[in-house]
Amino acid sequence: MSVNNRQSGPGGRPGGPGGFGGGGPMGLVMPVEKPKNAKGTLRRLLAYFQPSWPWLAVVLAAAILSTVFNVLSPKLLGNITTDLFQGVIQKLHGVPGGGVNFPTIVRLLADLAFLYVFSALFSWVQQYVMAGVAQRTVFTIRQQVAEKLPRLPVAFFDTHPHGEVLSRFVNDFDNISSTLQQSLTQAITAAVTFIGVVIMMLTISPLLTAVIAATLPLSFIVTKGIATRSQRYFLDRQRRLGALNGHVEEMYTGHLIVKAFGHERRSIEQFEAINTQLYDSTWRAQFVTGIIMPLMNVIGNLGYVLVAVIGGILVAQGAMPIGDIQAFIQYARQFTQPITQLSSISNVIQSALASSERVFEILDEPEEAPDPVPADDVPAPRGAVAFRDVSFRYQPAEPLIDNLNIDVPAGAMVAIVGPTGAGKTTLVNLLMRFYDVQHGRITVDGHDVSTLARHRLRELLGMVLQDTWLFHGTIRDNIGYGRADATLEDIVAAAQAAHADHFIRTLPDGYETVLNEEASNISAGQRQLLTIARAFVADPPILILDEATSSVDTRTEVAIQQAMANLMRGRTSFVIAHRLSTIRDADLILVMHHGRIIEQGTHEGLLARGGFYHDLYESQFSGREDEATAAL
Amino acid sequence: MLKLWRFLRPDRRFVLGVLVLTFLQTMSTLYLPTLMANIVDNGVITGHIGYIVRVGAVMLAVTVAGGVAAVLASLYSSYAMAGFGQRIRSRLFRHVGAFTLREFDQVGTSSLIVRTTNDVMQVQQLVGMILRMMVMAPLTAIGGIILAVYTDASLTWIVLVSLPLMAGSIALVMGKGLALFRSIQTKVDQLNRVLRESLTGMRVIRAFNRTSYEVERFRGANRDLTDTSVAVFQLMAILMPAVMLVMNLSIVAVVWFGGLQINAGTLQIGQLMAFIQYVMQIMFAVMMVSMMMFMIPRGQASALRINEVLDMDTDITDPAGGARAPRDAERGVVRFEHVTFAYPGAEEPALSDISFTARAGETTAIIGGTGAGKSTLVNLIPRFYDATEGRVLVGGRDVRAWEQEALRAEIGYVPSRAVLFSGTVADNIRYGDLAADDHAVRRAAAIAQATEFIDRLPDGFETVINQGGANLSGGQKQRLAIARALVRRAPIYLLDDCFSALDYRTDAQLRQALHREARDATVIIVAQRVSTVRDADQIIVLDDGRVAGSGRHADLMASSAVYREIVASQLSPEESA
Repeated sequence: MSVNNRQSGPGGRPGGPGGFGGGGPMGLVMPVEKPKNAKGTLRRLLAYFQPSWPWLAVVLAAAILSTVFNVLSPKLLGNITTDLFQGVIQKLHGVPGGGVNFPTIVRLLADLAFLYVFSALFSWVQQYVMAGVAQRTVFTIRQQVAEKLPRLPVAFFDTHPHGEVLSRFVNDFDNISSTLQQSLTQAITAAVTFIGVVIMMLTISPLLTAVIAATLPLSFIVTKGIATRSQRYFLDRQRRLGALNGHVEEMYTGHLIVKAFGHERRSIEQFEAINTQLYDSTWRAQFVTGIIMPLMNVIGNLGYVLVAVIGGILVAQGAMPIGDIQAFIQYARQFTQPITQLSSISNVIQSALASSERVFEILDEPEEAPDPVPADDVPAPRGAVAFRDVSFRYQPAEPLIDNLNIDVPAGAMVAIVGPTGAGKTTLVNLLMRFYDVQHGRITVDGHDVSTLARHRLRELLGMVLQDTWLFHGTIRDNIGYGRADATLEDIVAAAQAAHADHFIRTLPDGYETVLNEEASNISAGQRQLLTIARAFVADPPILILDEATSSVDTRTEVAIQQAMANLMRGRTSFVIAHRLSTIRDADLILVMHHGRIIEQGTHEGLLARGGFYHDLYESQFSGREDEATAAL
Repeated sequence: MLKLWRFLRPDRRFVLGVLVLTFLQTMSTLYLPTLMANIVDNGVITGHIGYIVRVGAVMLAVTVAGGVAAVLASLYSSYAMAGFGQRIRSRLFRHVGAFTLREFDQVGTSSLIVRTTNDVMQVQQLVGMILRMMVMAPLTAIGGIILAVYTDASLTWIVLVSLPLMAGSIALVMGKGLALFRSIQTKVDQLNRVLRESLTGMRVIRAFNRTSYEVERFRGANRDLTDTSVAVFQLMAILMPAVMLVMNLSIVAVVWFGGLQINAGTLQIGQLMAFIQYVMQIMFAVMMVSMMMFMIPRGQASALRINEVLDMDTDITDPAGGARAPRDAERGVVRFEHVTFAYPGAEEPALSDISFTARAGETTAIIGGTGAGKSTLVNLIPRFYDATEGRVLVGGRDVRAWEQEALRAEIGYVPSRAVLFSGTVADNIRYGDLAADDHAVRRAAAIAQATEFIDRLPDGFETVINQGGANLSGGQKQRLAIARALVRRAPIYLLDDCFSALDYRTDAQLRQALHREARDATVIIVAQRVSTVRDADQIIVLDDGRVAGSGRHADLMASSAVYREIVASQLSPEESA
């Protein structure tokens, strides 16, 4: 961005000490996102700075000093020129002892060097200190949000896609971070520069100041005109780029389908149409941003010429020392710069505020109901679970579970069956208290789960789901995840019980093998074995299992079955069942359809009833009723 | 990067225009201080007001001319950079369009997407910047130096000392900064990973009461990122002040040595003022060039990635005078003759010596564990890969003798992972046959058991499906993919493990409907479930890329140990009888 801050042309001087980022013309021409409540968000954001106010004071002081020194230097340089000029004139006129007064020049030059050195020093200090302040502030906010997430109800994550939450962490924090880093100090610098320059200009020549001020409206009109137009082109370009990216993504991910159905030509035609539109809006957007600098230059040079001419006349008439023109030209340059800078910084800040607002939205989300104090406890859990008149619905208008009553004695096995998408996870959600029932109660050994602390309840329940979540870390840590104080012996014993020990030992680093991000260095079946081992380590009295069979090879499948059987021994278990043998052995079968439990009972009882379960059973194992019934 | 310049060739007159116009613009900018010096030295000192005004008018004209040149240069460079990007994108898209599975596997689909979109953007931006800024900077620097020498050669040494000083300090800071910037990127990735993990694993984390552990993990990543960011910004804090200091101190030197010369009468005051301005312009130019140098590696990396794709050629091409139709008697017949296939670079073949014939009017099922080679086998039929040895015949002709489009027109293909396109439900089904009328679309949906859920969608068949089918469940997407293949009414249906996302009930209903509908077609089904394949006319059991048995369910139960093992893992003994 620093490139855009450049002021080319005669007398061009760099802007304030802040060279990087934020203030370039790009900030002016890009479309800006506006915060809904700018003031409130700003106040809230600034409150985060409170702990570092002494540092902020340093930043402020350094910024002001650096800028003031910077503003003084052209005048000093002008004075030197004047002195040189007078020396020359004296010599020209043959004044005795005339000529350049070098002692004065040396003193002035020393002063000038002093100003330059200290301006640079303070500018450095200001940015250096700000780096710490800004990044630490961002750290605090980011940490706050991260700590907020675990306190949010699971419903929040089910209704907000992960990508959305991630994007707040990545894009929004990036935006906030760079704005805090650069734009705040730039704003200070620009403001001080502007005031300082106006004062200096007025002291040199009110007439010339008026001349320069007269060119101001011109630059306003130009920037305003370009900014509105360019925002349209940029939005246009963004939209078309989005369309193009979408098309490319679809066609590449679906390239087999495109080919299989012979639509290559159609795909290219569509692409070229979008590509041509993109060409059009690209050059327009590029052109519009490209002309801001030249146009501002022309206007700047206009002022320059006017100052040179009018100043020249004034000097010639002896109404003004020559060095003042030189100084004035430099000031004139710095005069328009803070104005454009400020307006683009204000856009940058607005977009950062919009980002902050989104982040604060997360912080303001309602949290889960707190655990009861004092919380109840289940001292010696046996694992009897009961649902009493339980009603639950995700959407108030869509009834799901009404007056459900289930009795599961300790050690029993419950099979949950139903077609795909029947909402079997709802039961998991309720048992784990990821969602709370709206009516009735769920008890464990007679204790209402809502009277237990959540962490206590979850100690009682183990979960082995089809979605085998493992994290980037060693196998040992992943299995040990089930219990914080698990020893290596516990972990190996669990792995053995889960039939995972063998394959773990064939891996290059055994238990210390690091699973990569997608855990793709082990197979899907092996992942399931690890999650079973993890549940073994946790050793809960109650289990929730998902008996999924897809994409697992036969041998691993057998291992998983045995491991699950081992795990269920002596525990109460809820199994999302797919296998006939499991279903038949269950003490209780819950039949789900469209999210509701429509039937419950034992295998024989449900078959005899001739209801949905009966149909389901027949269709699943069609053509084999004889064999199946024969086995009953 | 250089290899990509050819994409600028069609716009070379624009590029030439940019060069000429930028030169003019630079000259006008450099000429102003010279005129200014004239005003001071010839007008002000002698008090010649008419002269001042006259030169002022010239300055004005020069300014405006420079502005016009700059605007035109910007226009031409915008044309050139936009055209450049458009051409590369178009070339890439067409090139990738001809790729088959092999190339997609090699580069990765997401990487290909990034290369066609993001990388092209990067290169395009770089070209835009080169045309707009990088062309101007050296012209300014050279022009400035020439004018400086011309004005006062004896002061030029100051420039020659301070220039390397400035370039050196920029290179030093940026060199260090670049490494840090890269490490920031990895820290950001790390933070993202921790966060994504804690989002996807949220239920597990809560189930195991490990939220505080996750928060600590995040704190570690957060701290790491913050520390690195602070280091980067603290380092970069020195850059601008240092650069400014070098420039300003050179000006002090110029004034001092210039002052001596003025006193000696060898330099005029206006010339000194002009010289100061030249020094500033030269330094700015150098600053810009060095800063932009650091933009190049990023563009360079993108250019490399683009070239890599362009240099890749697919070996699956249409033969000259390829067949467009099958032999009549063998329409729909798929035959494998001693087919062996190895993925490029693989030690072991994925398929070895596979031979079988799938006949019209029959269902051929392929079953086997993960990695047994089922999908690989299917991919050979529409020629997504070519066999390494042996041959695959469709309709009595080697697939390599077919024109690809005609070959694939014979096939109704359902992939294992359902891919849908944005558009309505009907659009997606009609993708199989653009000429299909509403009746045909509904019929295909009915066979695919999709009618029930489609009718429950807000707009039925006109419901818009989001990109990638995000608003549908896996089973729903799969059924639409099946309908899409059915609407083709092709002589061959290839169903690659598309039943696994369906529940048993739908699976059974769909197979029954399919059986009625595709009575005369060749149906090849890949499956994991025994219940899906047990009624097939022919079951081929794959194990480690070899045929471990073929025949009907009952035969295989007697003859194939691998098949029995698969059956045993899925059905209880009584059922498998």
